[in-house]
Amino acid sequence: MNIVVCVKHVPDATADRQFESDNTVDREGVPGLMSELDEYAVEQSLQLKEKRATGDGGEEVTVTALTVGPEGAAEGLKKALQMGADKGVHVVDDAIAGSDAVATAKVLAGAVRKLGEVDLVVCGMASTDGAMSVVPAMLAELLDLPQVTFGSVVESQDKEFRIKRDGESATEVIGATAPLVLSVTDQSGEARYPSFKGIMAAKKKPVETWSLSDIDVDAGEVGAEAAWTAVISTEARPPRSKGEVVADEDGSGAKALVEFLASKKFI
Amino acid sequence: MSEVLVLVDEVDGAVRKPTYELLTIAKRLGEPSAVFIGGAEAADAAVEAVKKYGAEKVYVVDDSEIKGYLVAPKAEVLAQLVEQASPAAVLVPSSVDGREIAGRLAIKIGSGLITDATDVQPGDDGPVTTQSVFAGNYTVQAKVTKGTPIIAVKPNAAAPEETAGAGAVEKFTPTISDAARKAKIVASQPRQASGRPELTEAAIVVSGGRGTGGNFDPIEGLADSLGAAVGASRAVVDSGWKPHSFQIGQTGKVVSPQLYIASGISGAIQHRAGMQTSKTIVAVNKDEEAPIFELVDFGVVGDLHTVLPAATEEINKRKG
Ligand SMILES: Cc1cc2nc3c(=O)[nH]c(=O)nc-3n(C[C@H](O)[C@H](O)[C@H](O)COP(=O)(O)OP(=O)(O)OC[C@H]3O[C@@H](n4cnc5c(N)ncnc54)[C@H](O)[C@@H]3O)c2cc1C
Ligand SMILES: Nc1ncnc2c1ncn2[C@@H]1O[C@H](COP(=O)(O)O)[C@@H](O)[C@H]1O
Repeated sequence: MNIVVCVKHVPDATADRQFESDNTVDREGVPGLMSELDEYAVEQSLQLKEKRATGDGGEEVTVTALTVGPEGAAEGLKKALQMGADKGVHVVDDAIAGSDAVATAKVLAGAVRKLGEVDLVVCGMASTDGAMSVVPAMLAELLDLPQVTFGSVVESQDKEFRIKRDGESATEVIGATAPLVLSVTDQSGEARYPSFKGIMAAKKKPVETWSLSDIDVDAGEVGAEAAWTAVISTEARPPRSKGEVVADEDGSGAKALVEFLASKKFI
Repeated sequence: MSEVLVLVDEVDGAVRKPTYELLTIAKRLGEPSAVFIGGAEAADAAVEAVKKYGAEKVYVVDDSEIKGYLVAPKAEVLAQLVEQASPAAVLVPSSVDGREIAGRLAIKIGSGLITDATDVQPGDDGPVTTQSVFAGNYTVQAKVTKGTPIIAVKPNAAAPEETAGAGAVEKFTPTISDAARKAKIVASQPRQASGRPELTEAAIVVSGGRGTGGNFDPIEGLADSLGAAVGASRAVVDSGWKPHSFQIGQTGKVVSPQLYIASGISGAIQHRAGMQTSKTIVAVNKDEEAPIFELVDFGVVGDLHTVLPAATEEINKRKG
């Protein structure tokens, strides 16, 4: 079984993320890391591998971590390899800069196609920077595969997959047959930390670097020029000015709180 | 004037409030056409409901052949309607399903997509959207530059305006591919109604964190005295004290109420991402150094287990 897990290198959410003057995300000024939400995708891929490798028959499973992004994105791949992915693919091309979700999905789809027989494409529930939660669905559309997305629990037997999906108004069980696109939420199970052994092993794992021409994606279809959406303006939200904070002493806190709520007409 | 397609969000014919918000926005951009994909028996109720909020036309699509499948068939329905009606825009709710439907539609019809819009206004060359990004630290205005703008709009993006529309019913029979029927909904359990307002729609949200120690009575008591919805931090969900549907934040719900009261919540960036755009923020926390206090309009340094019940009692007394 061949699993491709899509991991995105993103600016650290706990750092001060900013926009550049051209309204693109500043990816240099802020330390980057593999999107924390993609750790869950890597974890599920590895669990699947471990389960299948030890089951009867001992199926051979290869986990390939795939990322699309500038030079620095290779760092994100490294994390996936340290966690236990077998190999990495990094699609990097100047033409990709400024791509929107559609273009990113096209590049990812091109890379998955080039990888050949893929049974599972595993994604995170959202990237921690763009946070659109649309790339997995777009990938399914582009690759003409069933989408089994937003899974908080993943179960499988041979080629049959089932997930629990926590939707807005219902909790559903979604089922489909591989090949398929799977995305998992942060409820799917704690992601492992790379072990010392894993960190050492990752250094020897193969990483391929592909450009657009390697994956048959036309440069005219991606990048800022080809984006189907345009940012008109970005504005830093004025920091909230800190309001009054009182210390509670013998019930004074509750009284002050109610006074505040009343003054704002909430009561 | 061009049509603006609005995907109706409903459960058994009961139309949900975000749909009215979408219709109100649609009216700014053109002529609202509601798209109801659901059971034939629920159609009448849904048509009546959307008519009240300005739907000039209602496309009624019988979902008996497609309701057992995830997302993909609905994207096909919308793609075929776009083909037929050449609308000025397509509006869907920015929910888990809504965004995915929009994503697939964007690829199908070669059109740009904007998600999580908190406002949509007409512009010189198409709708201009407002989004809040990076955990609410930035406000971004954007537009679609190719094809038919597809916009996933968040709850509370507009105040629903009642205005009678013609509500002309047009039955639409889509052609659904086999490929769209590959992800099956094997089972579905509707979320139990809590009797409290829906989190994403509520004007007031009272939420609790690890500091509750798992006892949500003080949170729920205060919420009920204010007619508020109840939320939680991820620490609460991870501890199994509340189901994931209560979670507010990056990987939970994003709320933007008039008033947000956080108790026993430290205010991690991932939690802020879900509440930072609330109009008024109040926090109760034992630790005066808690980062949540950086955001507040009003804060109490104290134990939530004493402060909240006392406040609740006082509020109930004032209400008489
Ligand atoms: C990828 C990722 C996604 C995440 N998504 C989310 C998300 O969607 N939502 C979310 O909330 N978190 C999310 N988190 C987790 C987040 O980082 C924090 O760990 C979490 O928000 C902490 O919850 P808390 O504030 O309840 O707990 P803590 O940080 O432990 O804070 C508890 C607070 O309660 C106070 N307290 C204790 N006892 C009392 C008392 N008796 N009275 C008053 N105050 C008291 C303490 O002083 C403390 O400030 C995510 C993390 C990651 C890595
Ligand atoms: N540039 C990228 N490289 C690799 N995977 C990506 C990239 N962008 C998005 N993804 C995948 O798609 C998921 C959802 O992303 P998004 O739709 O941007 O929120 C992520 O969790 C990743 O698994």
